[in-house]
Amino acid sequence: MPEALSAPLVVEFPFTRSLGPVQSAFLTGLRERTVLGVRTAGGKILVPPVEYDPVTAEEIRELTEVAATGTVTTWAWNPAPRRGQPLDAPFAWVLVRLDGADTALLHVLAAPGPEAVRTGMRVRIRWAAERTGAITDIACFEPYDGEETGQQPAPHDGRFANPVTGIVTPTRLDYRYTPGRAQSAYLDALSRRRIVGERCPSCRKVYVPPRGACPTCGVATAEQVEVGPRGTVTTFCIVNIKAKNLDIEVPYVYAHIALDGADLALHARIGGIPYDQVRMGLRVEPVWTEDGRHPDHYRPTGEPDADYDAYKELV
Amino acid sequence: MPEEPVAVVGIGQTKHVSARRDVSIAGLVREAAVRALEDAALTWADIDAVVIGKAPDFFEGLMMPELYLADALGAVGKPMLRVHTAGSVGGSTALVAANLVSARVHRTVLTLAFEKQSESNAMWGLSLPIPFQQPLLAGAGGFFAPHVRAYMRRTGAPDSVGSLVAYKDRRNALKNPYAHIHDPDITLEKVRSAPMLWDPIRYSETCPSSDGACAMILTDRAGAARSPHPPAWVHGGAMRSEPTLFAGKDFVSPRAGRDCAADVYRQAGIGDPRREIDAVEMYVPFSWYEPMWLENLGFADEGEGWKLTESGVTELDGDLPVNPSGGVLSTNPIGASGMIRFAEAALQVRGQAGEHQVPGARKALGHAYGGGAQFFSMWLVGAEPPTR
Repeated sequence: MPEALSAPLVVEFPFTRSLGPVQSAFLTGLRERTVLGVRTAGGKILVPPVEYDPVTAEEIRELTEVAATGTVTTWAWNPAPRRGQPLDAPFAWVLVRLDGADTALLHVLAAPGPEAVRTGMRVRIRWAAERTGAITDIACFEPYDGEETGQQPAPHDGRFANPVTGIVTPTRLDYRYTPGRAQSAYLDALSRRRIVGERCPSCRKVYVPPRGACPTCGVATAEQVEVGPRGTVTTFCIVNIKAKNLDIEVPYVYAHIALDGADLALHARIGGIPYDQVRMGLRVEPVWTEDGRHPDHYRPTGEPDADYDAYKELV
Repeated sequence: MPEEPVAVVGIGQTKHVSARRDVSIAGLVREAAVRALEDAALTWADIDAVVIGKAPDFFEGLMMPELYLADALGAVGKPMLRVHTAGSVGGSTALVAANLVSARVHRTVLTLAFEKQSESNAMWGLSLPIPFQQPLLAGAGGFFAPHVRAYMRRTGAPDSVGSLVAYKDRRNALKNPYAHIHDPDITLEKVRSAPMLWDPIRYSETCPSSDGACAMILTDRAGAARSPHPPAWVHGGAMRSEPTLFAGKDFVSPRAGRDCAADVYRQAGIGDPRREIDAVEMYVPFSWYEPMWLENLGFADEGEGWKLTESGVTELDGDLPVNPSGGVLSTNPIGASGMIRFAEAALQVRGQAGEHQVPGARKALGHAYGGGAQFFSMWLVGAEPPTR
């Protein structure tokens, strides 16, 4: 039995976010070195601000400016910063209640080691040199030895020139993908240019590519069955729009192909025939390339077309 | 103890558009929720629980909407659930909410679904580069187009049927102020002359990409008695699933869809859906799915669905209007699209559909599907409380 395969899978995308009025004011404020909170109906100042009162659910829009200094309410040491985190050197994750605010903001504290951090310590914002209207405009917090002045937070209209209205939030997930026994065996056979499915011991249907289990009967499949290489086009469409990151000239035919001996169709491109001559029932065979793991496409075999009744159950 | 009857007493939608850059996602859902509360003349304090649905996480990169949106939806101190069934999610979310009321777990539930497609990329979310696998070669339309061709082959439907559906739905959308696509210059010729993207699917026969949200307030008999507007009553609701791919799967008329419809009709005491149902809001992301679903949902015999479309039966003034709102073909905030179908069905039996009202509609079906024609959810709503 071939070794089970495994490969890294990185999923990443730069999602965009419209900010709405409150987050727009908050992030634009950071760009201008102004920290804004929002006052709830109960008189609490929430920093960072939210659009809706967490207690009454009412819309809240009364912005107020709070200080750039504050107090650590709790913390955790991060000895090994990861890609994309605010500081490269080890740092403390901190919750900071800025002077004038009633809630704490999550950020990072630059400190030489965990022994230099304690709950209740005074800190201040270290502003980033270049600010764009993002939470990273606060580069980090740093120790500060001034006391809280007790000054009341000042109302703020939230208006700034050239407000930031949207941000990009890059998302990235790192996985290791392991396709499992059945698909590994299928890929191993493909490397020898053989197409091998698996038969369900209960319903006797042959699955290609195999998944290791029959989705209908819910039982494991193990009996290997070589199918094809020839098959029948059961249905298809003509693709007229060029997909990004796909190096295929349009128009081309994307078809469902029932390989001889398989009980469901797989999907592949048809070549070797003008796109407008492809038809249901066309008999085809795989075309392999030197370095491709899968057949590059399927081409006509020259046999007479299959009778509709012979494949209609597979359409 | 019999189940508690469930009434829809509040409905709210945003004006669906291609991009709502002026609001956050919280602001978007809030707009729909506030409109539903206003319709029901209720406040946040009247809501006992919130049930939310959205499209798959990767579509817009919002992984835990129930966490992020709790304060925007007044859910603090209340149960908040999230439902997750691909494109059918708007329908199944409403059904989970309805079940909470019918089981007397909660008396009044806010249910909501949304999508901000402008901040996402559904196509990317559907085609993650899984190692060792052959990339999907055709995109979402390319996934469904071969099934449309199979339907045409199976039934002998003429090529012209798909464009009739698109022409009808886009004209209906002109009567719906919340619909995304409003093209006052729409003509059948314009639909027919649009380029084929995934032959046999034309550009004009595909759904748009929308930002939008839809909310409903569901309540019990006592809640319905306090409603300022006539409620819609839930007469039946069901969900069914099947694998994306299996030997014997009928992509043209999936068994899960047939079984789901049969269950709903049984609950609602419907013997002849074609005669007893006055309006249908079905999930038609590509025009040909109208005749396909007409058969799958039991409105036509196998092979006969396209004849209803061709003969005008499904027009707004036909005797089985389908998608009077303009449907998914005119508005598609994916996560919300199913709930919009359910809500539009309810608007019809409440007599509140405005210009796209089907006169005298007493019973209406809302339908959603998702995944690779894999998840189905439907409800049947009526103007009168259920008698069984």
